[in-house]
Amino acid sequence: MSPTVTTSSEANGNVSAATARAAASAAATAEAAGPQPVTMAKALNTALVDAMSADSSVLVFGEDVGTLGGVFRITDGLTKTFGEQRCFDTPLAESGIVGMAVGMAINGMRPVVEMQFDAFAYPAFEQIVSHVAKMHNRTRGAVKLPMVIRVPYGGGIGGVEHHCDSSESYYAHTAGLKVYTPATVADGYRMLREAIDSDDPVMFMEPKKLYWSKDLVDLSSLRASYEEGTTAGLASEGRAAVARPGTDATLIAYGPSVPTALAAAEAAALEGRSLEVIDVRTLVPFDDVTVCESVRKTGRAVVIAEAHGFASVSSEIVARVQERCFHHLAAPIRRVTGFDIPYPAPKLEKYYLPGVDRILDAVDDLQWED
Amino acid sequence: MTISADHTARDATSTGEAGAVQHEDALTEAVKKFGITAEDYMLPARYQIQMVDPDGRLKPDAEQGTEPGHEYPLPGDEELLAAYEQLVVGRRVNDQNSALVRQGRMAVYPSSHGQEACQVAAALCLSDGDWMFPTYRDAVAVMTRGVDPVQVMTIFRGDWHGGFDPLKHHVGIQCTPLTTQLLHAVGVAHAAKLRGEDTVVLAMCGDGATSEGDFHEALNFAAVFHLPVIFFVQNNKYAISVPLAHQSVAPSLAHKAVGYGMAGERVDGNDVVALLAVLDRAVKLAREGSGPLLVEANTYRMQAHTNADDDTRYRESAEVAEWRAKDPVNRMRTYLTDRGLLDSAGEARIAEKAEAVAAQLREGLSEDVPVDPQELFRHVFARQTPQLKEQSALLADELARDAAASSQEAAK
Ligand SMILES: Cc1ncc(C[n+]2csc(CCOP(=O)(O)OP(=O)(O)O)c2C)c(N)n1
Ligand SMILES: [Mg+2]
Repeated sequence: MSPTVTTSSEANGNVSAATARAAASAAATAEAAGPQPVTMAKALNTALVDAMSADSSVLVFGEDVGTLGGVFRITDGLTKTFGEQRCFDTPLAESGIVGMAVGMAINGMRPVVEMQFDAFAYPAFEQIVSHVAKMHNRTRGAVKLPMVIRVPYGGGIGGVEHHCDSSESYYAHTAGLKVYTPATVADGYRMLREAIDSDDPVMFMEPKKLYWSKDLVDLSSLRASYEEGTTAGLASEGRAAVARPGTDATLIAYGPSVPTALAAAEAAALEGRSLEVIDVRTLVPFDDVTVCESVRKTGRAVVIAEAHGFASVSSEIVARVQERCFHHLAAPIRRVTGFDIPYPAPKLEKYYLPGVDRILDAVDDLQWED
Repeated sequence: MTISADHTARDATSTGEAGAVQHEDALTEAVKKFGITAEDYMLPARYQIQMVDPDGRLKPDAEQGTEPGHEYPLPGDEELLAAYEQLVVGRRVNDQNSALVRQGRMAVYPSSHGQEACQVAAALCLSDGDWMFPTYRDAVAVMTRGVDPVQVMTIFRGDWHGGFDPLKHHVGIQCTPLTTQLLHAVGVAHAAKLRGEDTVVLAMCGDGATSEGDFHEALNFAAVFHLPVIFFVQNNKYAISVPLAHQSVAPSLAHKAVGYGMAGERVDGNDVVALLAVLDRAVKLAREGSGPLLVEANTYRMQAHTNADDDTRYRESAEVAEWRAKDPVNRMRTYLTDRGLLDSAGEARIAEKAEAVAAQLREGLSEDVPVDPQELFRHVFARQTPQLKEQSALLADELARDAAASSQEAAK
């Protein structure tokens, strides 16, 4: 039985029904105190619960997100806690899901929709490019679209065809969309909450191979600091993170490639090379400042991404860094990306994905002898 | 506000079969209300609804195409007079705009000449709180809804993609990607329903557009979520050059409704009396909770698709002439005059009003509105990005240097 829910007519409404609050604090008490091993999936789920508790205009819908809780269980329990009005299954139609979300956002809601897999978001492409990205601009700023499109993306899970695409470049290329992609469990929580609270539409790219990876985090203190606004100065949007400090070269990565970059930095350290790892976090807007500061310091850089390299986010990063840091560079910037081929079948994906060795080879190529 | 009672009730009992439960409700409701089977309620009446014939004569009740469960009372005189006034204004606006395009004052104008009855009825059937989602061809409907004519034309003048505030007027920006707006209509209706508001949403598209995927998705979503959306299809027989026969071989476009579990009806789209009768009832049913409806208006695009199109390449002038005889404005003038509701003084007053709107358009569009290049960066995001700030500074610098150079040039 679901509790009574109220909805707010204001996009930024902060109406929280007592029952929803109770549900949230029940979830909170289930969390043990202090840092615990928490999965990215759990952090994302908790962010959805907390956002829905904080603002009754937040709605979640998509395919299998209701009773099942999503094929990756990110929406687990939401229907039970918040009722069928606030988390529900739609007919199978991605354009329908995104198009309806546009209308709901126009009319005072904050929809958070799930695309079941990266490649199954393509039917919604027209809605995303022609409306989600442009509505604010077309209406000369009169209409805001506070909506989030969650996309589980990337490979490394042995998935079959159409389940492992890295589609972030399509969205990053589209003016009017913000593109977030968390790489850590804490960022999963923080960045999803931030995306939901954003008045701009956000493509929220979830690295599916990191869903089950765990970090030691304290969810209740994350929640408290987000809600008390103490993280206000630490907003993720437009802020890259230094995931590992170093001095000799900079590895620039995002989403699923961040742990790979960290592993490469670890291996390099054993060989006496100190690599700094930057986690880009939001592809749009891009944090030129943090990235360029690092490259100016180290003088060398490698950009790492699972996506095809040609005409991609990684090409954009190289171009931007080259434009801004040319005189600090000791070597051309290298890229380690997926090959320009359709994503391979499960038994072949290990040859495709950027791995530690390929990254270290690229680092070795950075003209150290000069 | 709490979520409406029927939702709460279902919550307590159902397990993910919300759609099915609603569907059953809709069926029982229809059968109860009209004493006919659900199927007969959803299928359009055997003939299109027509109340005033092309010669302006009121048809006998028995010949209006109505049937049990498909009954439409004649709209009141006041509503009909108001509609006639808007028809005359709409026709004048269409022809004025086409002239402005020829004079180079506007980039393009997809005229609804010949479809004014549909345009007017679509706007007049709605209440203030209701929403409309129009296409590129529906400028007259948007104006009839009360949006300033010059603001409506901004999209065609070329200084911005949209000229009015959708939230203020409850009208979506005129939409070009075919049928994508139908889903926005569904979303607006869904949000309103969740808040317990009784908003009705009218979603417009053309005959050709019914082949698009979003048309199907929108109708299905509206039906499954049981939303008060009226899908209003203006079947003007062509999608640019392609005739209806190449889009669909369904008995009529209104027949598509039954496949989604909603009621469909077809109506003479050049008979504003029948249009108002059918749309008024559709709005009433939708507001009462009967779910979505599909209304197909049988009309004709009298002119080329836009000024850029040459319709002699794909249709015979005899066909156009045939439809000229069915003109919606003339028909209504005859009908109202014969009924003694319209005299020459009334005609003169209406003509004057139409002329005033035309003058407003001529004036509003003759001025070159100064454009602000910096505005290019202003509305991309609610929260600006550093990259766009940088690019806007770049353009400002470029323009400043241009200005400096040309003043130097002038000084020489
Ligand atoms: C998705 C999409 N495909 C193609 C077009 C180009 N186009 C503009 S209008 C039109 C014809 C539409 O015909 P119909 O739906 O009958 O409306 P009408 O123009 O007759 O009012 C086409 C093909 C478009 N606007 N959007
Ligand atoms: Mg047409």
